[in-house]
Amino acid sequence: MKLLAGYVTGLIFGIGLLLGGMTDPARILGFLDLAGHWDPTLAFVMFGAVVVTAPGYRWLFRSAKPWLEASFHLPAAATIDRRLVIGAVLFGVGWGLAGYCPGPVIVSAWSGSTGVYLLLGGMILGWWLARRAARNPFFAAQATGHAVS
Amino acid sequence: MHNWPQALLGGALIGLAAVLAMATVGRIAGISGIASGLLYGGDDHAWRASFVFGLLSAAPLYALFSGGSGLGLPQVGAATMLIAGVLVGLGTGLSAGCTSGHGVCGIARFSPRSLAATAIFMIAAILTVGMIRHVLAVQP
Repeated sequence: MKLLAGYVTGLIFGIGLLLGGMTDPARILGFLDLAGHWDPTLAFVMFGAVVVTAPGYRWLFRSAKPWLEASFHLPAAATIDRRLVIGAVLFGVGWGLAGYCPGPVIVSAWSGSTGVYLLLGGMILGWWLARRAARNPFFAAQATGHAVS
Repeated sequence: MHNWPQALLGGALIGLAAVLAMATVGRIAGISGIASGLLYGGDDHAWRASFVFGLLSAAPLYALFSGGSGLGLPQVGAATMLIAGVLVGLGTGLSAGCTSGHGVCGIARFSPRSLAATAIFMIAAILTVGMIRHVLAVQP
């Protein structure tokens, strides 16, 4: 049941990204380019997503636990630390360079484009580097754990 | 082509997926967290794997019903794609979330960390595009 739930959730998420045009990097870069021919698509997608998720969460959190597990797995970190800030800056630069964030690039694995595979490979390497970097004393005293893991 | 009702519908489906992830297994639908945890020692591998499998099924199914692939092509060269990938991985790994985890799920639960992260990565991305297109004047 959990596997079916995971599959359906991932599928709906991916279809949402495709319908919303998030798998077209030209559209993402067009949104981020405020001084160019601005493309508002991403704003509508994020608005549509938050407007559904926020009341959905509110309703779900009235229960003590999710349907298939004993408890909710919510991020424990609460402080805005250097790890969060530096990570967000690096992610923003990477996103602005190519117009791909993690969801769309995974969905785009079918595009057959060498560039997409390079970005996917780089991202997987980057996740590994982040785990290494997080152990460095510069970050070590900071918030731990990924939003999900 | 894309128009705003379709963009809203796409967003609403992403929201539905985020609600489903929380409703069923109590998890944030953050792609960077789900996928990196699958590769590097997160818990509940089976659910993560099935989620990523679902995500990977989306494009073929979409193509079957819509006639178009829905997939755009890279706008920059191979070296930039690779560097962008490393930055996206390192950045989302350190800040523990991406556009979905912080930008959708985090904002939807009014997390101050996610609000800060989303503002920062948006500004960094806008400055990056502005720098490339308007200061260095490199057009796609």
